[in-house]
Order: sequence, then C-alpha cells, then structure tokens
Amino acid sequence: MTTPVTTPMTTPGAAQVEPRDWLRRRSRWSPFEIVFWLAALLPFLVLPTYLPLANQVAIAALFALSVDLILGYAGIVTLGHAMFFGLGAYFAGVISVRGWGEPITGLLAAGLFAGIIGFIVSFLITRVQHLALIMVTLGLGFLTYELANAMHWLTGGTDGLRGISTWPVLGQFRFDMWGYTAYAYSLAVLFICFLLSRRLVNSAFGLALRGIRENVKRMPAIGADHKKHLRLVYAISAAIAGLAGGLLAQTTNTVALDSLSFERSADVVVMLILGGTGRLYGAILGTIIFLVARDQLAGINPQYWYFGIGLLLMLVVLFMPKGILGFLARLVERRN
Amino acid sequence: MVDQQIVLRAEGLSKKFGQLEVTREVSISLPRGARHALIGPNGAGKTTLINLLTGQLQPDGGRIALEGDDITGLAPAARVRRGLSRTFQINTLFPDLTPLEAVTLAVLERKRSAGQFWKRLAGHDETIEEGYAILTQLGLGEVATRTTRTLSYGQQRLLEIALALAARPRVLLLDEPAAGVPKDESAALFQVIAALPADISVLFIEHDMDIVFKFASRIIVLVGGGVLLEADPETVRSDRRVREVYLGHGHG
Repeated sequence: MTTPVTTPMTTPGAAQVEPRDWLRRRSRWSPFEIVFWLAALLPFLVLPTYLPLANQVAIAALFALSVDLILGYAGIVTLGHAMFFGLGAYFAGVISVRGWGEPITGLLAAGLFAGIIGFIVSFLITRVQHLALIMVTLGLGFLTYELANAMHWLTGGTDGLRGISTWPVLGQFRFDMWGYTAYAYSLAVLFICFLLSRRLVNSAFGLALRGIRENVKRMPAIGADHKKHLRLVYAISAAIAGLAGGLLAQTTNTVALDSLSFERSADVVVMLILGGTGRLYGAILGTIIFLVARDQLAGINPQYWYFGIGLLLMLVVLFMPKGILGFLARLVERRN
Repeated sequence: MVDQQIVLRAEGLSKKFGQLEVTREVSISLPRGARHALIGPNGAGKTTLINLLTGQLQPDGGRIALEGDDITGLAPAARVRRGLSRTFQINTLFPDLTPLEAVTLAVLERKRSAGQFWKRLAGHDETIEEGYAILTQLGLGEVATRTTRTLSYGQQRLLEIALALAARPRVLLLDEPAAGVPKDESAALFQVIAALPADISVLFIEHDMDIVFKFASRIIVLVGGGVLLEADPETVRSDRRVREVYLGHGHG
C-alpha cells in the first residue's frame, strides 16, 4: 500500500500549485505555435509558385480542423463530413453566380447555411452510435452528393458550377492568378477559425466534450445533457466545414461534385489520423503531410499515388498511435 | 425520529427481465440525513433497485418521488439535476481527465454552464475552487492534477464519490462504494462517507456486515427482489429470517 485512501487534506503542501493556475497553464501559447504560424507566411516569400498548393492546404486544414472538433474532441466518427464542405462550396458558388460575389459576406452565409443544416442533422446523429453512426454519416454524404447531382439547374450537376466570379476582398484585393490573395484570404480565415476552435477546446464546453469522449456513460450521472453538447459541437463543426468549402468556391471560382464526394470525407479523416486527433495542430500538420505527399507522389507516378498514402497511413497507425504530432509531443516531453 | 421529512420515496416498484422478477413491489423511504444500508445476497436486486431509482432503468410499475415530486418518468440526468446522485459499483470515471477537470466538469454541469464555449475554462474561478474543495474534502487534493488512470484504486473509488458530490445531491445512492478495496481501507473510506454533510440522505450497498452495522442507522434487507425486512441494525442482527437467508451464508 503506497498511499492510504484517506489522507486528511489539511496541509496543501508547499509544492502544490493553485488549481486555477494549473488549468490556465494548459491553455497557454507555446513558442512552437508562434513559430508555426510565422512559418505559414513563408510561401509568400520563398515558394510563390506553390501558392495555389498552399491555398489548397489552408482550405483542407480548415476542413480537417472542423472534423477534429467532432472526431478528436467529442468522439463522433464521421465518414460523411464532405457533405458540409460541399454545401458551403455550392452555397458560396450559387450566390456568386446569382449576382452576389462579395467574398466575406458570401463566405459567412455559406458557413451559416452549413451550420444550420448541421444542427438539423445533429438530431439524427446523436441518436446513433458506433457502426450505425458511421453508416448514418456515410449515408447522409451519399444523399447530399446525389441531390446535388440531380439538381442540375442549380448546381450544374456533373458539369460543375460555372460562372462564379468573386469580387475583390474588402473591395481592395483582387484574386490574382498566382494565388497571393487566395492564400492570404484562406490563411486569414483558417487562423481566425483556429483561434475560435482553440478557445472552444479550452473552454468549459471543451472540457464537457472531452468528458463525453472519455466516458459517455458517466455524463448523465453528473447531470449532463450530453446530447445537447454533441448537437452544438456538430453544428459548429458543420459551419466551419462550410466555411472551408466556401473558400474553395471563392478562390478557385469553380465547384464540382467532388467537393461532396466520399473521397473527400475519407481523405480528411486520414489527414486527421496522420497528424493526430484531438489536438487541433494535428489536423493542420496531417493536412500538410497528406497534400504535400500527394503532390510529390503524383509527380513520381500520377496513377498509383494512393499506394504511398496507404503505406504512410499504416506506418503511422502502427507505430504512432497518437499521430505524428502525438509522437513528436512525446519526444519533446521525454527530453524535458 | 417520528416525524422526519421523507426526501426520497419509492412505492410499489416492480421490474421484470423477461420472466424474471428482479424487483417486486419494493417500497422504501429515505428521510433527510438518513444513513441507510441496502443489503441482501447476490442477485437480490440491489443494483437493479438503484438503477430504477436513478433512472437507468424504467420500472414496470410503481412510482418514485423526490421531495414530493414525481420523478418516475425523468431521465437520469434530470434526476441528478434535481439532487438525486449516485456512484457506480464498477469505476465509471474519465480516465484521461485529471480529478480536478472531472469534478470541475461536474460542478459546471450542475451550474448549467458547461455549454459555454466562448469563455476560458480557467476563467470559471469559483467553479474550479469548488471542485478543488470537494477533492480536498475527500483527501484527493494532492492528486488533483494527475491523470485519473494513474490514481490508486482506492483514490479512484473516492473520486467516484467526489463526482457524485459535485452535483450537490440531496440524496446519494452509493453502489458498493468500497467494492474491491482492502478491508482496512474500506473502513477509512466509510469514515469519509460518515462525515458527509448531515442533510444529505445516503443509501449504500455494502457486503461487509461489520461496516453495515457500524455506519447504517437503518437497514433494508432485499431478498429475491423484494424487501424482507426494514429495521434498525439491532433488529436486523437478531432477526431469524435474515440470519437464514443472508448471514447464514458465511457473511458476518
């Protein structure tokens, strides 16, 4: 017996930290984070030919961030989140085609639209668990895809949505063909959403989500309406996914059916698992690794590049169960 | 003792699993500040009764009232918010949270502020202090910031109680709080339970008869899903039927 179960706690002990300070320290900005966001500016300076790729990375990272909120924090496994990405993309695209090309209001409207649909869908999502949950998300993804396919008059169907023209950001910055404005715009949206997500996961609500992930059975026993929490985070996640889709529509001026595809839903989960779930930066790091690997692998062999992704995925899952970032974090912890 | 206010009252509770009657016509009442023990041989339906009272199971018949309000149809979480809290026989904790986080979460849920996603957790000063105070009260202050899964088994049993206390219960149902704890430690654990605020009504399941006789002011004996006897410890100790069905099986 090492410690008796009951030690009368009259002496807090000198080394004991204030509980509030301890919690505050957990949400403090680390130097790594500052370096990371500064590094995100590098493509402007050193890799201008890669700006379109950097834009794709920022958009995909935002999408992965939205999935991390529900999968990494609340434990909702989804294979259909492209539904909200595509809804946001089509919404932003369609209002531009119909004459409103102002990017910021258009983007916010796209996010709001996806968020509202997400909130409605969340009532169904919170009714099911495990395999049934995955199948429901998958099914909803298929439904949305075929709906967009069938509504040719609105979406352009398999031809894609044409005729999008996005006005200059803030009336000042035109979307140039090299992608300066596109990347700056997407990166700014990513950063703002990251700040909001960071606050969310470090809030009381973020703690409640971790509680749900850790033991959903205990939640009712502490008086929690955990389904209400899940509905809220699902709607927020859907809104962020919609923003990501809206960014794609606005910065590329096209929306194709593949924005709603199963591949997109599956890829984002792969990105998240590569980077590490439940740590926000895992979503971003995983996206960078996935898209850069795809870019490089496609350069080697454009036909079989998923072979390399498959290999990478297995290696990470087998040897780094908490993802690449989780692995790196453990190395740093060990050194300290 | 004559005119004590009844906080929790169950009348004619019944539950069947298929053909098996696991609870039959159980009526119990807990006065304010009660320290009642629920005993009975294995399979007597003790945990089932707790599950019925807390809403994990719905009864086939009967009703449950908390402070006079009918709560029979309420979901478990709603009952907790009304002051009916429980612990589990098998640890049902949050393994990767620290005790401080877990208890703070429970306090946040009680205050209905766990949905706040715009304010930093560290900004909920009073809530965190309250959570920490509960932990120190149960002797868990020093391990408050360690991950739950690294705590000793006895500490985890105490955390079970801490989580239930965070709901500020008026009634606390403890399902074998000392299950799996060595005998010398379980007495210490029951000291903690005995020291709980006097206005909380406690009903606990326990197999160790020494502890039951020491800490219970009243004992409910459950056999085959029904109440065999409800009386003070002396009466239960000398009751012939209780000896036959329960104490006779090598328990006391």
